[in-house]
Amino acid sequence: MRRTLPLALCFLAAPVAAADMNLTVEIPTLKVAEYHRPYVAVWIEREDHSVAANLAVWYDVKKASGEGTKWLKDMRQWWRRSGRDQTMPIDGVSGATRPAGQHQLRFTDGKAPLGTLAPGHYELIVEAAREVGGHETQRIAFDWPVKAPAHLAAQGTDELGQITLDLNP
Amino acid sequence: MKHLFVRAALVAALVLPFGAQAHKMWIVPSSTVVSSDDAWVTVDAAVSNDLYYPDHFPAQLDQLAITAPDGTQVKPENPWTGKYRSAFDLPVPQKGTYRIALVNQGLFANYELDGQKKRWRGKADELKTAIPANAKNVQVSEMASRVETFVTQGKPGGNALKPTGKGLELAAVTQPNDLVTGEKATFQLLLDGKPAANLKVTAIQGATRYRNAQDEQDTQTDKDGRFSFTFNNPGMYWVNASTEDDKTSVKEAKQRRLAYTATLEVLPQ
Repeated sequence: MRRTLPLALCFLAAPVAAADMNLTVEIPTLKVAEYHRPYVAVWIEREDHSVAANLAVWYDVKKASGEGTKWLKDMRQWWRRSGRDQTMPIDGVSGATRPAGQHQLRFTDGKAPLGTLAPGHYELIVEAAREVGGHETQRIAFDWPVKAPAHLAAQGTDELGQITLDLNP
Repeated sequence: MKHLFVRAALVAALVLPFGAQAHKMWIVPSSTVVSSDDAWVTVDAAVSNDLYYPDHFPAQLDQLAITAPDGTQVKPENPWTGKYRSAFDLPVPQKGTYRIALVNQGLFANYELDGQKKRWRGKADELKTAIPANAKNVQVSEMASRVETFVTQGKPGGNALKPTGKGLELAAVTQPNDLVTGEKATFQLLLDGKPAANLKVTAIQGATRYRNAQDEQDTQTDKDGRFSFTFNNPGMYWVNASTEDDKTSVKEAKQRRLAYTATLEVLPQ
């Protein structure tokens, strides 16, 4: 029984290996006098700019009495498109700010927070805003669903480093 | 005496046609978009030459009308009037849009007394006693002005932007705290609650101190009182319209002068 279980799991896993997205967001190391970790929002927009999915919101979640929400508006595009409609924190989406480095995120079709995307043309957007720092938005356009694995990338210049999006059917 | 002088200057600022020499009255908040229910904004209000640098007279805070998203009137915190500006703080605990306005309604008179030109400003019930019986060439005007700005906590909405039906007012088509560069912003101008057609509307971006020209953007309201601007640079904008008619509420006044000013923030994309 013990030996057959992994096999059975493999079998079960194969048909449900749904399409997924592997995202890497690099937060660059900045040599500045006063450094604060950036607030970062990652979301997917439809062609009409409506939000198809909120994937990640990194902010000061641990500050007393939700004080960290004060600066959410600085991710101004996300705030306008989606943030102001949300009740923070968003389950499975919001999390603490991250240090400089590469951060990997994986999303699976049909599962929160990605959910099921209708076939179409989308943009993945990464927006970063840093206290006493700058603001940057990077966009990666993609079509969904993908027929073959696709490797897409955008290169940030100031508040964001390399962003890669790997799409698997 | 100083107080009277200030009043007279304010009256001049409000009543004179808005030409190159006119002082501009404004109210400007530290933030127009906030994302926390314990957020506060701090607000400056003044009459000045440059936008938005207090260099002339403070605004009169007794004209302040702050409406919360639920429609209730809110009192300012820490109100203060200095030499060149007035300031106050405002907590914004409710989700939705706050309207922060300086509403001025009253009478303004020019007359001559013993060959000297005099000016008077006050309320309608003060008129009879304010102007001496032997005054000559008495000209009384009624004036109604509204100078306002908007602050939104969370999602725009609520009851604060409901028109009062008095004087020149702005009705939102595009939410006033939802303006970004390159997107058309549309509003409606109302006069006593009805569309104000064919009125000139002027928009001037702040920081006039750092450029050589006012760089006015002008447009005209259509038959429904609607007008639009597309703002290409992010910043605070002073949007103004004025008109006059003979729909006075006191018989001594032959003319009514109306002005509307909004401070609108346009964010970068």
